[in-house]
Amino acid sequence: MFDIPLFPERASTIAGEVDALYFFLVGLSGFFALLIATLIVAFAIRFRRRHADEVGAQVHGGLLLEIGWTVIPFIITMVIFFWGAKVYFAMANPPDETLNIYVVGKQWMWKVQHVTGQREINELHVPVGRPVRLIMTSEDVIHDFSIPAMRIKADVIPGRFVQIWFEPTNAGTYQIFCAEYCGTQHSAMIGRVSVMEPAAYQAWLSGGTAEGSLASRGEKLFADLACNTCHRPDARGRGPWLAGVFGHSVQLQDSSVVTADENYLRESIMQPAAKVTAGFQPVMPAFQGLITEEQLLALIEYVKSLSPAEQPQAQPAGTQR
Amino acid sequence: MATEFPAHHYLNDGYGIKSWLLTRDHKRIALLYLIAVTFFFFVGGAFAVLIRLDLATPPGDLVSDDTYNQLFTMHGVIMVFFFLIPAIPAILGNFLVPLMIGAKDLAFPKLNLLSWYIYIIGGLMGVYVLLTGGLDTGWTMYAPFSTRFSTTRVVPAALAIFVTGFSSILTGLNFIVTIHKMRAPGMGWFNMPLFLWSTYATSLINILGTPVIAITALLVAVERLFRFGFFDPALGGDPVLFQHLFWFYSHPAVYIMILPAMGVISELVAAFCRKPVFGYSFVAFSSLGIAVLGFLVWGHHMFVAGQSVYASLIFSMLSFLVAIPSAIKVFNWTATMYKGSVSWQTPMLYAIGFIGLFTIGGLTGLFLASIGVNVHVTDTYFIIAHFHYIMVGGTIMGYLGGLHYWWPKISGRLYPEGLSKLSAAIIFIGFNLTFFPQFILGYLGMPRRYHAYPPEFQVLNVLSSAGASILGVGYLLPMFYLAWSLRYGKPAGANPWGASGLEWTTTSPPPTENFPVTPTVTESPYHYPSPVVKHVA
Amino acid sequence: MHNHSTAHPALAHHFDSLDQQQEAASLGMWVFLLTEILFFGGLFLVYTIYRGWYPQAFASASHHLDIPLGTINTAVLIGSSLTMAMAVHAAQLNSRKGIIVFIVLTMVLGTVFLGIKGLEYSHKFHEHLIPGLHFEYAAAPQFVRHAQIFFSLYFVMTGLHAAHMIVGMGLMTWMLIWTARGVIGNGYYSPVEIVGLYWHFVDIVWIFLFPLLYLIGRHA
Repeated sequence: MFDIPLFPERASTIAGEVDALYFFLVGLSGFFALLIATLIVAFAIRFRRRHADEVGAQVHGGLLLEIGWTVIPFIITMVIFFWGAKVYFAMANPPDETLNIYVVGKQWMWKVQHVTGQREINELHVPVGRPVRLIMTSEDVIHDFSIPAMRIKADVIPGRFVQIWFEPTNAGTYQIFCAEYCGTQHSAMIGRVSVMEPAAYQAWLSGGTAEGSLASRGEKLFADLACNTCHRPDARGRGPWLAGVFGHSVQLQDSSVVTADENYLRESIMQPAAKVTAGFQPVMPAFQGLITEEQLLALIEYVKSLSPAEQPQAQPAGTQR
Repeated sequence: MATEFPAHHYLNDGYGIKSWLLTRDHKRIALLYLIAVTFFFFVGGAFAVLIRLDLATPPGDLVSDDTYNQLFTMHGVIMVFFFLIPAIPAILGNFLVPLMIGAKDLAFPKLNLLSWYIYIIGGLMGVYVLLTGGLDTGWTMYAPFSTRFSTTRVVPAALAIFVTGFSSILTGLNFIVTIHKMRAPGMGWFNMPLFLWSTYATSLINILGTPVIAITALLVAVERLFRFGFFDPALGGDPVLFQHLFWFYSHPAVYIMILPAMGVISELVAAFCRKPVFGYSFVAFSSLGIAVLGFLVWGHHMFVAGQSVYASLIFSMLSFLVAIPSAIKVFNWTATMYKGSVSWQTPMLYAIGFIGLFTIGGLTGLFLASIGVNVHVTDTYFIIAHFHYIMVGGTIMGYLGGLHYWWPKISGRLYPEGLSKLSAAIIFIGFNLTFFPQFILGYLGMPRRYHAYPPEFQVLNVLSSAGASILGVGYLLPMFYLAWSLRYGKPAGANPWGASGLEWTTTSPPPTENFPVTPTVTESPYHYPSPVVKHVA
Repeated sequence: MHNHSTAHPALAHHFDSLDQQQEAASLGMWVFLLTEILFFGGLFLVYTIYRGWYPQAFASASHHLDIPLGTINTAVLIGSSLTMAMAVHAAQLNSRKGIIVFIVLTMVLGTVFLGIKGLEYSHKFHEHLIPGLHFEYAAAPQFVRHAQIFFSLYFVMTGLHAAHMIVGMGLMTWMLIWTARGVIGNGYYSPVEIVGLYWHFVDIVWIFLFPLLYLIGRHA
């Protein structure tokens, strides 16, 4: 019964690095806590008051001591800082080649959308040994997608995309938690990641879906919503042609330059007047409230498919606008 | 020689409810706060008991989901705004600041009374929220859940926080002006007791930080009431902006909660080792250092919230720096005990407990400043364990230690020492049993604010809940024996501890005007000349 | 230790001298104004961020504000700071009449300011520019969401400012009463001085609000 683990399974390439830093900190903390505790207990005993009017000895402050116990903690904390930053950089910089999966959080479930078209609720199937990038948003309040076994989490924010990445190392199933309080059933917003051997994953993928890939759904929406009446390849379009836009720089009306990432595409669909491409007028209608998150994902995936095959510049996870 | 109880003192200088509710005497105002703050402590504590009872089993089976969410929310709101922030400054600070500097009162006595009334009004608004539907947003009130989705009493709660904040602001203002302008002749800045340095640093944070939470709470109320869009993305707002504004105050707020306790510990260690605090100026400046650096680290609550990598790195680095002044204090207190004449009376037990538990809490802060680990443990029970080690293992131990140390001065009576030692031990044991397992739970991944949890977490939860019941008993005991001492305790005399400090030169309880003649200070605050019997090294 | 029978009548029992008391009052007001800077500062921060993100929407929204009225108000408020300074000067010279005349003038100017503000608010109401359910922005619908943020900030910032003015005028009423009763005078003038400090602060806040709200994107 008391076989209580002290840490979760390690299921990602980063898990071991996080644990290593953690155990170092446990050791360091244990050492200093024990040191202080021992000293104060020892002093309390050794120097305990033996007569009612006894006073302490006048011990004059030692500048060397003060400097010592300022500088040494400073050095130790800087070591921890750099080590932690190193681990964080690895978390924040996905490799160029990733398997992208969209996740939409809503009260109180996780909707997973694969680009091949599969949808899952509270489940995420991924292959072992391949870096996975989750592009996530929320439909309502802030949630947090957390996989303790992978040692990663990120807040999932309405109106924005955030990204995390991980590379699973072991096949198996692992807990997903919502880790940002989101209302009544916050503690029920849980799920499982299923990491599968490549063959099993292929088999799962090919049990596909009749709807076709996310990008093809997006292409259909692009026509249904009449986006193609303005965004045309010929020079008569009132909107810029979107081939090759994703992942590259865009110059705006005010001469500033932005990178067309998922958040840029999102804003350009929902609130187009916020960033108008140079040479065009702010006439595009705002689609905020007119399309669902799933439809938005399909449109974005379609626009992404219009760009050359290489992945965009690796975006640090959680980058702000 | 039997100790005489003084004939005239502040407690019998006027009877009747008006003499209390319209008092300008800082000592009576401190007692008014003591009663109100103690009430809120037990309300918040009762909610904690219910939370831990429900968490003893994996399914949420004691109360409904919504009720549970309100329990942890109100536990947080009450403990933060109505207990931890005011307790030491408004009770011990109000009582002691004039006494310690040799003044008759604070600079603005009427403003002091107004602060108490504002606290009471804010508290009544909080009670109103409790009785008319509660609050379920978490004490952090993140948007857009708080501004659009919650069906609970967000607007009155935000306004209650807005109002209560002014109590802190005015108290802080009072302390700053008092310490600047009303020190007794001969008391320079470096001749002041360290409790005043901590109080001063706390007051700086109070006046600079609290206005920001006030405006944030106001914006939440306005957004919710009138659908003005500041934080709701559906209205064009940014929910992460709320977090920046919220944490800009709420991080310094935790230093408002711990600095006064550190000030108390400095006094306790000096008095119960009968020697000056080692490294006085380092301890004094460390309080200021904590106050300044404390304003620069708020983003460490937002490493996974959508903050940029570079901002996160800067906040991480600064968060490590802010740990250093606290470490300096711990080392100096420990060094003070060396060759001291160490008494084991109850206040010193609390001080020693504080040093140990605050050290653990502070060290776990290093885990959190390190982003690589933070990502895994943020929003889990690791965070809960960390801040309870500081707030409960730190602040509450400091508060109880201070209360026990100055109780004879405040009441003129001694409490039963055996019972007080027993309570301190029960609190220490109960506390560790409650919160240490939570570090492990957090690393295993159990998220915070969870009503129900997977069964593999149950054993650690049961240990924690068992600890909570012990801790509860530990907190109840002082209520009883301190109240008992008011009537039956032995008269204490002016200086029952043989401690140094201006407050011990006047009677217990003090007269209303504190000192018949304004004292002139010629010695350091920790003056323990060797008597005939000297401590032999 | 001072002798109470010869002490200044305004000297409070817990101070050693009138100087100490007046210095404490002055420091207290400066500290309070520091808290007010942080209070308004939060709003200015929110404004700065949203204006940085949506400059065109903000410029468009700002054009709906009434520059002539805003300019008149700015002149009125600066004038009221002048009259308030004269009131403090009169207090330092123990001139009861001067205090009363100049405080009354200050309050008149303050009332004019609030009246014009009220007029502007009622215009906005009729133009459907109050954020919330009835907000309309037909002239430039692509900016509707972020123009609403501008107006939310406009109403909260100017509303809070107006509330501070009302409090200030309440304090001035109190000063009038004290002056009439003879409490102010005879070397005791710090209450008028610190009310003056407060009023100047309120003026300075407006001096920032006016260009930030009214003058976005207006070139000569």
